Amino acid sequence: MLDTSRQANELADIQNRLIFVKIGFLMLLVLLGLRLWQLQVRDGFHYQELARDNRTRSIVLEPARGLLYDRNGELLANNIPSFQLYVSLEDIQDREALLAQLPHYVDIDQQEISNKLSMKSRRGRVKIKADITLKEAALIESHRLELPGVVIQPEYQRHYPLNNYASHVLGYVGEISESQLKDPEFSNLQGGRIIGQNGVERTFDEYLLGETGEEVIEVDALGYPKRSLSVRRPLAGDDLYLTLDIRLQRLAEDLLGQEAGAIVALNPWNGDILALASKPGFNPNDVSGGISAKDWQRFIKDTRHPLTNRAIQGQYPPGSVFKIIMAAALLETQTLGAQEMIPCHGTFPFGRRVFRDWKAGGHGQVDLTKAIAESCDVYFYKAGNQLGIDPIATYARLFGLGEKTGIALPSERSGLVPSSEWKKRVKREPWYPGETISISIGQGFLTVTPIQMAKVASIVATNGRVVQPRLLKASRLRRTGTLKEKPEPPFRQLAISPQTFAHIKKGLAAVVTKGTAKLAQSEIVSIAGKTGTAQVVALKPDGDKGKNKELQKEFRDHAWFVAFAPVEHPKIAVAVLVEHMGHGGSASAPLAKTLIEAYMGFETIQEPSL
Amino acid sequence: MPLMNDNVNRRGLDAFDWCFLGVIMAIISAGILSIYSVTNPQTTAGFPIYLKQATWMVVGFLAFLVAVGIDYHKLARLSYLLYGIGLILLIIVLIAGKTSRGSQRWIPLGPFAVQPSEFIKIPLLLMLAAYYGASTREGWVRRLIIPGLIVLPGFLLILKQPDLGSSLGFLAIFLVVILTVGMKSKAFGFVILAALMLFPFAWGGVWGSLHEYQQDRILSFVDPNSDPGGKGYHGLQSRIAIGSGQLLGKGLYGGTQTQFKFLPEGHTDFVFAVFAEEWGFIGSMVLLSLYILLFLMGLEIAFKAKDIVGTLLAVGVVTMIAFGVVVNIAMTSGLAPVVGIPLPLMSYGGSAMVVNLTALGLLLNVKRRRLSLL
Repeated sequence: MLDTSRQANELADIQNRLIFVKIGFLMLLVLLGLRLWQLQVRDGFHYQELARDNRTRSIVLEPARGLLYDRNGELLANNIPSFQLYVSLEDIQDREALLAQLPHYVDIDQQEISNKLSMKSRRGRVKIKADITLKEAALIESHRLELPGVVIQPEYQRHYPLNNYASHVLGYVGEISESQLKDPEFSNLQGGRIIGQNGVERTFDEYLLGETGEEVIEVDALGYPKRSLSVRRPLAGDDLYLTLDIRLQRLAEDLLGQEAGAIVALNPWNGDILALASKPGFNPNDVSGGISAKDWQRFIKDTRHPLTNRAIQGQYPPGSVFKIIMAAALLETQTLGAQEMIPCHGTFPFGRRVFRDWKAGGHGQVDLTKAIAESCDVYFYKAGNQLGIDPIATYARLFGLGEKTGIALPSERSGLVPSSEWKKRVKREPWYPGETISISIGQGFLTVTPIQMAKVASIVATNGRVVQPRLLKASRLRRTGTLKEKPEPPFRQLAISPQTFAHIKKGLAAVVTKGTAKLAQSEIVSIAGKTGTAQVVALKPDGDKGKNKELQKEFRDHAWFVAFAPVEHPKIAVAVLVEHMGHGGSASAPLAKTLIEAYMGFETIQEPSL
Repeated sequence: MPLMNDNVNRRGLDAFDWCFLGVIMAIISAGILSIYSVTNPQTTAGFPIYLKQATWMVVGFLAFLVAVGIDYHKLARLSYLLYGIGLILLIIVLIAGKTSRGSQRWIPLGPFAVQPSEFIKIPLLLMLAAYYGASTREGWVRRLIIPGLIVLPGFLLILKQPDLGSSLGFLAIFLVVILTVGMKSKAFGFVILAALMLFPFAWGGVWGSLHEYQQDRILSFVDPNSDPGGKGYHGLQSRIAIGSGQLLGKGLYGGTQTQFKFLPEGHTDFVFAVFAEEWGFIGSMVLLSLYILLFLMGLEIAFKAKDIVGTLLAVGVVTMIAFGVVVNIAMTSGLAPVVGIPLPLMSYGGSAMVVNLTALGLLLNVKRRRLSLL
């Protein structure tokens, strides 16, 4: 117990020493109390005045957004200097007077200013209007004494030198919205920042954005800068090189002209998107410069939907283009041999219904090549009926239908591959065999997007190589100036035999040489492709399709043409869709031919280089 | 085990316990109120910050209950292991931690980020108490050098992040515990005690004598982001905020310094300035009194603890919190340089909240077991 008593002594020692700790801490806290008395009571009035006249302002310095180029270094988006109109919240002296005065000098209405000011962005400065004219800026400068708190700041404004071209790919920028500020995705951004709102501006925003700087300045009584107290420079965003070839892109959009539609061109080997056109388009310069609420409504309500990117958002029945996938399914499941002949008399009776071929009287004896070349419907009606819906759905999914391609653009749609399971789940009905027959020629519930069809063409062209379509080729870090090529994306090989692809390719080549797309025949390059007609109004199975021309335009069918070239060593895969233009062979095939010929021309002139 | 449990105060909470909890709750509420005022109308992503802090308070009180419940002797025996784990986490932070505002302090953990430099304080407190409580440590080597060598790696790893504030806090706990244990040379002890007490003020004096560019260099060396505006901008804005609160304060939302964002980091390091601006000298005094009450109660527990482990644990907890309070308020009121130390129980931060409440739980743990006999 000696030990215990020694411990007890030591404990008493230690506890007696606690008084020093107590005194020490109390002294420190009393000192703090005195300091607070000094600041808050003795000098309180002085600090009160300092707070009232606090003339330091912290300004966010916007970085220059990264530039956008095409694969050959052609400029697609840059920044131009412009005047931005801000109101510094701390310096407003008479809010009502400001609301009444400003509209005299700038084209903006009172309500809009008041909305902007009441936005709960707590930054000292609120942007009232972007890109004001030189005249407006001059007017405000000359009236600055009457407008305390109003500040004009030169900043960069996003500019798209090609105007409408590639508008859906590039997208546009705009001020971060209230709802975006609440979204965790943007949690590191402050109110007032200009961010990508659509297209690659949106998807690659993190590269393009850069980092804001900050300047602390001292201002005079009217909120005008007197001197700079400290500056942290902004860091510009990275420049991006897209995979687009802008020459091809322009051509694709010009080919579509006034029609609504989409064209997608891919390098089938690495998934590079060479052109992604959607018409009608819009001018991103109109949208990015702070579009007025009225104009924006007009845009959104436009019945031609110029903001919709039809290449990735338009979901259309594939029509006869789907026969490519049907052929693969037939051969791979050994439902039919390639050489097997099927008689076609122009009709396929099924139960109490009769399904018609597009060609009255039929195609006679048809093998696979002829069935593809002439787009014989009866052949595929019969084949599809033997296959059944679920194997068809399986092969459609193998070729990437029914799922997004994963292209780096917002709001891609997935299309729809129906199956018996899908129908039970969604429609709560069993699958009827008659529906399989419609699906066999790409009608019915089946829908696809143009980019999916370009991917199908790529897969056939490369004998089953599946790559994700990509838009970003390289990026240049502004900080270091180094150009970094993006590595080629990984690919996947489909488990479909080369023989199957050989048979399909033979048929697709025949489509152009002697089949439904003779208009796509080129003297300089061999093209393989498939036409398609996507029904807009469901006709009865035995309805007369020949009346298409007399129909009103908005009820006419959409025209598809999906192709690749050269047949032997494919370099480009293309999908063309023109809305309400009837037959793919006449409306879409010539566009694809022109595009492919142009691309072969670029290829021989020069190798694209950065 | 049953023997030990019989020694525990089983009467539930007495007046002292209620008062102790009341003081803690009052301080945390003042913090949440100030955080609410700074950040509420701001459009922040997701959950508002003041609600996050309230959530951390709940998590912290769960940790508090655990810390009260398990006999501190048992925890003290585990302390070396826990400290070792803490060191490993600090090394992980240095290698793979999340960098924010120029220093690497956080380990991302799902949606959260934990700050091991906070959590290692608990094993430190337990370990020091266990070391000196085990047997009488005679001589310089056993009294000072060996524990010093154990504490040093933690100190250096935190300093390396860099987190000057936390590493000084680490050192302060060590020094105060040594002083309480008692040095052979009393004179030496008093020198250190005096130095520690005067540290913020002495620094202020030495600091003032340096040229501005020298100060900038030193500050940017130890903490590159303490004052990004340079030239004492943040310190000045903080002093203006506190001073302009005057006697009665400007009321909730009334603080122009806060609402117009002159004051940086209003919800974290400068939360005291927000409070002082809105509630004035009177409010500040009430708050200081609450802290003083908390420390006195803590020291009371240390004084009445039944053994050395309990006493030293209680002293360590009080030191940890008092150091934060003294340095933070000295910093915001312009008595010490801006080194980036949060105000315990008030500044926003999940790790610190959980750690501080755990430590206070240990304090109550010591108190509730003091009735047992030797």
